Amino acid sequence: MLALSDYLILSALLFSIGMAGIFLNRKNAIVLLMSIELILLAVNFNFIAFSHFLGDIHGQVFVFFILTVAAAESAIGLAILVVLFRNRRTINVGDLDMMKG
Amino acid sequence: MIEKVIFYVFAAILLLAATLVITARNPVHSALSLVLAFFTSAALWLLVEAEFLGIALVLVYVGAVMVLFLFVVMMLDINVAVLREGFARYLPLGALVGVVMLLEMLLVIGASQVDLPGFAGEAAGSLGEDGGNNIRMLGSVLYTVYVYPFELAAIVLLLAMIAAIMLTHRRRGGTKHQDISAQVRTRKEDRLRMVRMPSERNNDS
Repeated sequence: MLALSDYLILSALLFSIGMAGIFLNRKNAIVLLMSIELILLAVNFNFIAFSHFLGDIHGQVFVFFILTVAAAESAIGLAILVVLFRNRRTINVGDLDMMKG
Repeated sequence: MIEKVIFYVFAAILLLAATLVITARNPVHSALSLVLAFFTSAALWLLVEAEFLGIALVLVYVGAVMVLFLFVVMMLDINVAVLREGFARYLPLGALVGVVMLLEMLLVIGASQVDLPGFAGEAAGSLGEDGGNNIRMLGSVLYTVYVYPFELAAIVLLLAMIAAIMLTHRRRGGTKHQDISAQVRTRKEDRLRMVRMPSERNNDS
């Protein structure tokens, strides 16, 4: 029989991998977006596990909204990336110093 | 028992795919590994009776978002070697942050105040009712209690679509197109020129 902690530990592992991915690939904007997707997936795992083990459907509704927002986020992120590549011929995050921040 | 075996097999594949996503040398391999991760996640969600979301994950993420990712990765001509530099340098820091976050979360999960075994006892208590139809239950909540957030989600998607089109749309020079605002803005003086000239004499008669 599956336990809630199985899913929570798996989700924690997935979240940590996504977090480490942001640190490892801090030059490559595309892999950064993919790491964010991994982190959101880990969050969705938590919601679904709690929804199942508490017997409450509302958690799955929240996963639905998270999926919606994540899809919108990746669409806009990739659009920004395409415009960036068109203007600068690079997606290296280290080269993005136009705003001198 | 068989559930446990399925869970561990899919969890192992999921973690392997996630590790490949962040370590692959080629961004295309990262994207394909992420597709594998989403597929195994969908299987794991099916295991806890979240059927609609499992299918939606495959349809929306694997079918749309990851294809978009692959499309962009293959369209951009990326110099992978430059993007990879610093990977070894950031490896200790990244691994340290990941391990620390994992330990913190495991401490929360393992804390005695959080009564996780208590949850497992009442597992799937009320979700099993209504014939166990996950989609019907989700719909009956989504279109009643959450109807305004649902419509807001639609607006978010519309905004994302408009934003993506506006960002990537490019007006090329040399194309002939109608500029309606310029047409409406025009005044009589711009187009019409009055020429004063002597009228012709009629010499016939």
